[in-house]
Amino acid sequence: MSEPPRPDRAWDGTLRDLGPQVLGVLVRRGADFATAEDAVQEALLEAVRRWDAPGGAPSDPKGWLVTVAWRKFVDARRSASSRTQREIRMTLEPPPGPTEQADDTLLLLSRCCHPALSPASAVALTLRAVGGLTTAQVARAFLVPEATMAQRISRAKKTVAGERFGEPGDVRAVLRVLYLVFNEGFTGGPTGRADGVDLAAEAIRLTRQLVDAVPDDAEAAGLLALLLLHHARRDARTTAAGELVPLDRQDRSRWDTAAIAEAVALLQRALARDRLGPYQAQAAIAALHDDAATAEETDWPQVLEWYDELDRLEPRNPVVALNRAVAVGHVDGPLAGLRLVEALPADVPRRDAAAAYLHERAGDLAAAARRYALAADVATSTAERTHLTTQAARVRQQSG
Amino acid sequence: MAKYLLLKHYRGIPEPVPGTDVPMDRWTPEEVTAHMEFMGTVIDDLKERGEFVDAQALSPRGEFVRYGGEGRPPVTDGPFAETKDLIAGWMAIDVESQDRAYEAAAYLSSAPGPGGRPLHEWIEVRPFLTDDAEVTG
Repeated sequence: MSEPPRPDRAWDGTLRDLGPQVLGVLVRRGADFATAEDAVQEALLEAVRRWDAPGGAPSDPKGWLVTVAWRKFVDARRSASSRTQREIRMTLEPPPGPTEQADDTLLLLSRCCHPALSPASAVALTLRAVGGLTTAQVARAFLVPEATMAQRISRAKKTVAGERFGEPGDVRAVLRVLYLVFNEGFTGGPTGRADGVDLAAEAIRLTRQLVDAVPDDAEAAGLLALLLLHHARRDARTTAAGELVPLDRQDRSRWDTAAIAEAVALLQRALARDRLGPYQAQAAIAALHDDAATAEETDWPQVLEWYDELDRLEPRNPVVALNRAVAVGHVDGPLAGLRLVEALPADVPRRDAAAAYLHERAGDLAAAARRYALAADVATSTAERTHLTTQAARVRQQSG
Repeated sequence: MAKYLLLKHYRGIPEPVPGTDVPMDRWTPEEVTAHMEFMGTVIDDLKERGEFVDAQALSPRGEFVRYGGEGRPPVTDGPFAETKDLIAGWMAIDVESQDRAYEAAAYLSSAPGPGGRPLHEWIEVRPFLTDDAEVTG
């Protein structure tokens, strides 16, 4: 019933890469972000229409797109206001070199991740304007209708248009958004990949671009290391049927050792700068897990030291406190860990799951089964829910 | 084609077939896995037939919410009482006939439970009202 797949046109991928680059050129020339983004989208559509014709593809695709997008931008401004139009000077610049390219990426990212935007809006805008995804692709990735996503992006652009920009680059805000994009792909599980948009890979690609733009930022490098270390375990994280496999039961031979090596090198260089932040600390913890040949060989005392560090960097973060409690459970015994878990507020995500895990390690299988079942009740994803139900079943079976 | 909603309930269904209402955390892990794999098979089958629209699972946690009046916060009632009907999730399908909708629901209900035996779980089947009067031709 399905149509044969259309052979990829040679320039499909090119367009995806060029869109954000062209937008960067327009914004650097002084175009306002929202109008420029519309203009680039229109230029891309025109490219799709024209380049398909025999001999229609230009020899300098980027130059072509810059020219067309700029014309569309000027037209849009002209129709919006003839007064502002006079202020726009047509400039013909040489194509930007690699440095300018990196600067442009940072410029665009800081606009798309502006703190005035809600996280969901910043994520959507980033994926389209910097990631070069179509609205339809972003919509599919978040399982919402395309019109809904178009509206979300359009509202986000209006919000950004009303903000003043000084120096490009609240890097912190950009890191937060890229982390969210990754998490969205990470928790999505294998079904998240089915529709052709791999958000986790996309987050890594964009974080690489950011690291190129701010090579001296230790936290940007820390985030890239963190994402790579988690991504390296992806194939081992789920069974063929999509069930979650917890860290201590994963087949470690399926971890991506090249990605782990790259991340560890990145992290070591970042830590050497002596500008510790939460992403580097989390990456250090992930690296310790990835470094252990078996779960039993995990260096828990060192993991705990890093959680202490993270706790200092992000005091009163209950998620950090919960993870730290599990590490305490490995270092000082499960009962010590349990005392810390039970002292946390009841609504901390995964509190029951952590308590169940520690009860099981303490040998109290009845309590473990009860807490796993409670944890399944409050799980926020189907995969997690199934996993916790299975854990409850397994522990109950063992307790007989 | 007509759209139907197949609703799964946590509770609030007619009397279950005897011996099939064991809570899932009291199954064996293998039984849980087999059940979840079957759900995936049902969805794959519907997709293959060109009948699949949507499938979602719902958390058992939730509350009733209503307007509390001008300038007041929303009024909530919850968590759900143990006696309340509780929807666990749904599949939306687009099929040729009511017979086909019932057949799909029955297939969904044949999902394996304890001992690998079919659960015979009740599935609520609800036709969608269409937006417009149907034009045939």
